[in-house]
Amino acid sequence: MTNRDGNVAAPAVEMRGIVKRFPGVVANDSIEFAVRKGEIHALLGENGAGKTTLMNILFGLYHPDEGEIRVDGRPVRFHNARDAVLAGLAMVHQHFMLIPRFTVTENVILGSEGAGVVLDRAAARERVADLSARYGLQIDPDAVVGALPVGMQQRVEILRALYQGGKTLILDEPTALLTPQEVDELYSVLNRLRESGDTIIFITHKLREVAAVSDRVTVIRRGRTVGTRQTAETTAPELAEMMVGRAVSLRVDRPPAHPGEPVLVANDLHLRGTQGHEALAGVNLELRRGEILGICGVEGNGQAELIEVLAGLRRPDRGQVLLKETDVTATGTNPRRRLGLSYIPEDRHGRGLVLPFSLTENVLLGNAEEAPFSQGGRIDYPGSRSLTERLMGAFDVRAPGPDTPAGALSGGNQQKLIIARELHREPDALLAVQPTRGLDVGAIEFVHKQLVAERDKGRGVLLISFDLDEVMDLSDRLLVIYQGRIVGEFLSGQVTRTELGLLMGGRALDEHAPAAD
Amino acid sequence: MLSFFSVALLTATLRSAAPLIFAAMGGLLSERSGVTNIALEGLMLMGAFAAVAGTYFSGSPFVGLAVAIVVGALGGFVFAFWSVTLRADQIVAGTAIVLLGLGLTSFLTEQVWGQAGSSPPVERLPTIGLGMNVLLPVAFLLVPITHWFLFKTKPGLRVQACGEKPEAAQAVGIDVGKYRYAMVIASGVLASVGGAYLSIGDLSQFTTNMTAGRGFIALAAVIFGNWMPWAAMGAALLFGFAQALRFHVQALGLPINQDIIIALPYLLTLIAVTGLLRKSTPPAGLGRHATEG
Repeated sequence: MTNRDGNVAAPAVEMRGIVKRFPGVVANDSIEFAVRKGEIHALLGENGAGKTTLMNILFGLYHPDEGEIRVDGRPVRFHNARDAVLAGLAMVHQHFMLIPRFTVTENVILGSEGAGVVLDRAAARERVADLSARYGLQIDPDAVVGALPVGMQQRVEILRALYQGGKTLILDEPTALLTPQEVDELYSVLNRLRESGDTIIFITHKLREVAAVSDRVTVIRRGRTVGTRQTAETTAPELAEMMVGRAVSLRVDRPPAHPGEPVLVANDLHLRGTQGHEALAGVNLELRRGEILGICGVEGNGQAELIEVLAGLRRPDRGQVLLKETDVTATGTNPRRRLGLSYIPEDRHGRGLVLPFSLTENVLLGNAEEAPFSQGGRIDYPGSRSLTERLMGAFDVRAPGPDTPAGALSGGNQQKLIIARELHREPDALLAVQPTRGLDVGAIEFVHKQLVAERDKGRGVLLISFDLDEVMDLSDRLLVIYQGRIVGEFLSGQVTRTELGLLMGGRALDEHAPAAD
Repeated sequence: MLSFFSVALLTATLRSAAPLIFAAMGGLLSERSGVTNIALEGLMLMGAFAAVAGTYFSGSPFVGLAVAIVVGALGGFVFAFWSVTLRADQIVAGTAIVLLGLGLTSFLTEQVWGQAGSSPPVERLPTIGLGMNVLLPVAFLLVPITHWFLFKTKPGLRVQACGEKPEAAQAVGIDVGKYRYAMVIASGVLASVGGAYLSIGDLSQFTTNMTAGRGFIALAAVIFGNWMPWAAMGAALLFGFAQALRFHVQALGLPINQDIIIALPYLLTLIAVTGLLRKSTPPAGLGRHATEG
């Protein structure tokens, strides 16, 4: 606080020549990064570009192998997060570091409770309420955090950062879990913070967000700084090229769909969730051949349960699943696969692959009982191996060979292997859940092309993703899921982000009044 | 029928519940900080032995109690070292403490007094009437103190944070290991005093496995009490009542099978931990380590 006026010219944060090596990789390779006081500075890069490593170094969680960090012009050397907090930095984590069972006040004061052994809850509550009011955050200090919507929880994190005396806030992919409306509200909170003189570092891999919120942007690629631009003076294609290293098409090429007859039908699915609530409260849907049907919604609104019921991992309490007009409600995954259902699961490592297994063995999973992988109950390993080699070529899986363990591959190549295995079956219906999560732009392009190609071969593709842009770009038809119900259905191009966002947040479209701020 | 709920049964209930409360408050603190504590049984047994040994050699039950406190702290420290520093599986480490307590006390009984099974009689802690010893009110006083500590103090809030989400506690600069050590050592001391209550409070000697599962019953009281001090005390009183019944059913001439009565506290424990009676929500970070070092 004190040196704020005394040292106006110095950047709020300056990182020079930062090098960080991990076994086998250089995560940060002499990165240059400088943030002016009172600006919103976007740090843009693909997954794995080194953004998070850089911020963990800034925040004292990692120690750089080389390089210098200055905060407010003074060289600093942080040993842990506590040091960084004392220097006026604060991190708003991607996965909130909040305790669900605590109240807002308890979460905010935790770690900075003040002097003395006995908690002065009344005074703490007062301070939290004041701070919330000052920044217009509208947070109830007595609310239990676990019961708050995600956007609110994020504000609690921001409030805590301010409470701890944070002058420079680092937000790590802060929009990942938010609805479009919540994103807008976040932007206005960030603008208010900037107006009151705070500095914000906004980590993202989405070009749209850079344009919407930042004053300047620094792009990093493969651990190196590509450059810093004034946001107003740059364009999305320029940033995309800086980020990826080559010109990329930002739109998915998608000729009009020619939907055919229904291939996968769900009738009135009900499922009670683990916490006793209705995870699925009467879901009806009809996936047709030759279309990509997208389901959008905020995470945790029944998507996981729906996919489990459709894939055959769980039985619904009520309702019916029809695959090619066969009632498969009571069957497991295997009969459904044989009937023509393929599944790209959300969790590559948990459900998609057995990481210590070789690529061949992973391709065998779910296929092992059938020709050409096996004959008369005996697995044909040499045959499977050469088939895997062919699939690796066809789907551009970059690996030393079919005997490499799946765990040694990059995320993109793992995902391509899963897609190769699932598409090799030439399914009639394909369930794709978050198929591009954590992938770089090149791999995303590839996955999207494959999904469109499947559609054009007359297969039905059900796409679930929490990335609204992805769902909107890819889908021919869109469903919105909210609290286990389908609350909206649209044809592609006939709905706006705002409308989808309202539905995803549980509001009806007719209450179209501007959201209370 | 009125005499069924006699003063004798009431005091017997309190007497049976008190050692459970000591161990339960210890277990509650440890579990609230995120360390699953099935070591209570072993710690209690060590305390029971240490109290008798201390009394035997010094002639004063208060010295015996002090020895039990030190031994409990040491036992808690060893458990904390395994389960926090070495990141051992907390159930396995706890089982090791239980087995250690059982083996070590039996072995030492023989070594020290040259006789298997039990120690010679020693002097007891003073009583406050109706067969209740001075530690009994302390047990019940511990309940509001534990409640106050957890919910009204700064370290209490931090302990809860360590138990709910250690990585979140760490993110705000809380040394999770330090708080867990403190709580596990406290649980060692309290469980050990609970053991001393049995050996130099209720009885006046140590006998092999004299805790007879009370550490586990105390843990069940914590679970049944949903990790809340007052509710855990209520559960301990229920278990204590079930134990007390055993001595009164016969006296009252009730037509209930003796074996069922003896088994009752254990049956209740089983039912409590299966969650049949009520849904309990343990600290979310129970048994989990903070990821970053």
